[in-house]
Amino acid sequence: MADSVDKTETGTAFEELPDAPPRRRLRLSWSGRLGVCVVAFWMAIVFIGPSISPYHEADILDEALFIVPGSDNPYPETDYQPPSSVAWLGTDYLGRDTLSRTLYGARTTIGISLASTLLAYLVGVTLGIAAAVGGTVMDSALSRFNDAILSIPSIMLALVVIAAIGSTIPILIMLTGLIYASTVFRIARSLGLDVKVSDFVEAARVRGEGLWWIVAREILPNVAMPMATDFGLRFVYVILFISSLSFLGLGVQPPQSDWGSMVRESLSGLPYGSVAPLVPALAIATLTIAINLIVDDVSAHAGGRLAKRMI
Amino acid sequence: MTLLNAILRRTGLGVVTLFVVSVLIFIGTSILPGDVANIILGQMATPESLAALRAKLGLDEPAHVRYFIWLSDLLTGDLGFSKAGAGAGTIGTPISEMLMPRLVNTLRLATAVAVVAVPFAVTVGLLAAMYPGTKLDRAVTFTTLGLISVPEFLVATLLVLVVAVQLGWLPATAYISGQETGMKLVRALAMPALTLIIVASSQIMRMTRATVLNVMSSPYIEMAILKGVPRKRIILRHALFNAIGPIANVIALNLAYLVSGVVIVETVFAYPGLAKLMIDAVQTRDLPLVQACAMIFCATYIVLIFIADMVSILSNPRLRHPR
Repeated sequence: MADSVDKTETGTAFEELPDAPPRRRLRLSWSGRLGVCVVAFWMAIVFIGPSISPYHEADILDEALFIVPGSDNPYPETDYQPPSSVAWLGTDYLGRDTLSRTLYGARTTIGISLASTLLAYLVGVTLGIAAAVGGTVMDSALSRFNDAILSIPSIMLALVVIAAIGSTIPILIMLTGLIYASTVFRIARSLGLDVKVSDFVEAARVRGEGLWWIVAREILPNVAMPMATDFGLRFVYVILFISSLSFLGLGVQPPQSDWGSMVRESLSGLPYGSVAPLVPALAIATLTIAINLIVDDVSAHAGGRLAKRMI
Repeated sequence: MTLLNAILRRTGLGVVTLFVVSVLIFIGTSILPGDVANIILGQMATPESLAALRAKLGLDEPAHVRYFIWLSDLLTGDLGFSKAGAGAGTIGTPISEMLMPRLVNTLRLATAVAVVAVPFAVTVGLLAAMYPGTKLDRAVTFTTLGLISVPEFLVATLLVLVVAVQLGWLPATAYISGQETGMKLVRALAMPALTLIIVASSQIMRMTRATVLNVMSSPYIEMAILKGVPRKRIILRHALFNAIGPIANVIALNLAYLVSGVVIVETVFAYPGLAKLMIDAVQTRDLPLVQACAMIFCATYIVLIFIADMVSILSNPRLRHPR
């Protein structure tokens, strides 16, 4: 603030246009920084996970690996093994390495969730802005249809569609993307309506700018920041949603590993104290909590205005 | 008069939504190749037997006719037949017979959750909002943020690990045959109910806290503070009454969110409720059963959202006049 005041006082009056006020820099709290570190860690795993993992995700570890030196049992159990030097985080119900599957699963879980969220944004923002700047007829038609989609619990919608057409990764991405597009639509529309009635859009219109120019140069840049924050939150919901579907056995299908289905598969090991179901569950939890911590900081930076709109 | 108008308007909207949802569910399950006749006959399907069975089941009618037949059957309580128990050429078990015991189990679970979670969460949320910034408030904010950002099945898994495996207090799965009474029923219900209570409470606490804080920042509360009204009196006489509407709204909304929580929890604990029945039906692609379950869940959800809407209209006269 101090900078902009200085400029207007020292500069010669109105010889040139005053600079825009300096952007406030986003300062992260310690929890926000922790969030950034954790998200960066998982993003790195998405790229390098499969190359640093000790085994392949579908590999069932060989019994020979688990032979205890000095023991005369040549056929030791391989399933639900506790963490050891052979399998750092133990093995799952088939004797596959939990660590490798978690590293591979990062790519599946995060990849599918990211693709779905991007699709949701593509559809939601396009239609939302269209509803905001388009005529009354378009707005009410889109909004009513959207209300109907929103009034179905998302998991029910997914269950019905999956029952009908099965579950493959493209279907999963399309389905999740379209379900979440309805919430994105609502936010994009309400933000777009706010910007549309602002003075600078009015000025652009009076200047004779076309609709496309106004949408691209005035409306979209002004809804970008709040939408970016919402993207983080939406991404969390999508991760939880995809994981829940996989957990129900209706998402990513075996042998591909995915954090949600990993928890389900190894749930029966829990009574024996196996860590196999806990590792992927904690992977999901660390990622989603980390994103939430970042979103908290960013929306506090924006003055808490965003949080209110998103409830 | 305007109140009656508003209520009628919302009721009409609710009925229309239900209608649209039923269309969506019907379309969702009828676009796929192969129909119930195919499923029933399975390997034994010949073109002649397929045609005969289709005629018998009314599947040779056009889609919109079938939709209205399905809808009117649904409204008169005839839910059709499940694939389960269907052999070659025979139609399966009536769905209504399969649904009833499951519905009772799910309602038991939901009631147990609501009875415990609602008073507990509202009280804690209120306390957190009354003393913002204190240790209690920060503990509540932090814990609930953590709980709502992890999947329900993680909460369930950790509970099993601690309560059932480490402490051995309760069974890890809920087996209910329908004959249980007293302590046995409580034991079977305890783990699934506890999971849902934790999940639902954290949502209700967060939203209650946010709602009351919102009321606390309004001008008339500021006025009360400035004229020196004691803190307790401000909250109990000024804030609480204005927060009742929004809080009731929060409760109804969260009970509606329970619909998806129930799906996960019943699966984790193998609790024989309606949601478990639906998941099994999805896995075996038993479409008539999926349709029936989805309709029940969606209707419950819409009714709860409707109640939430009504409560906020009744508590806030400004909402009676739609813009």
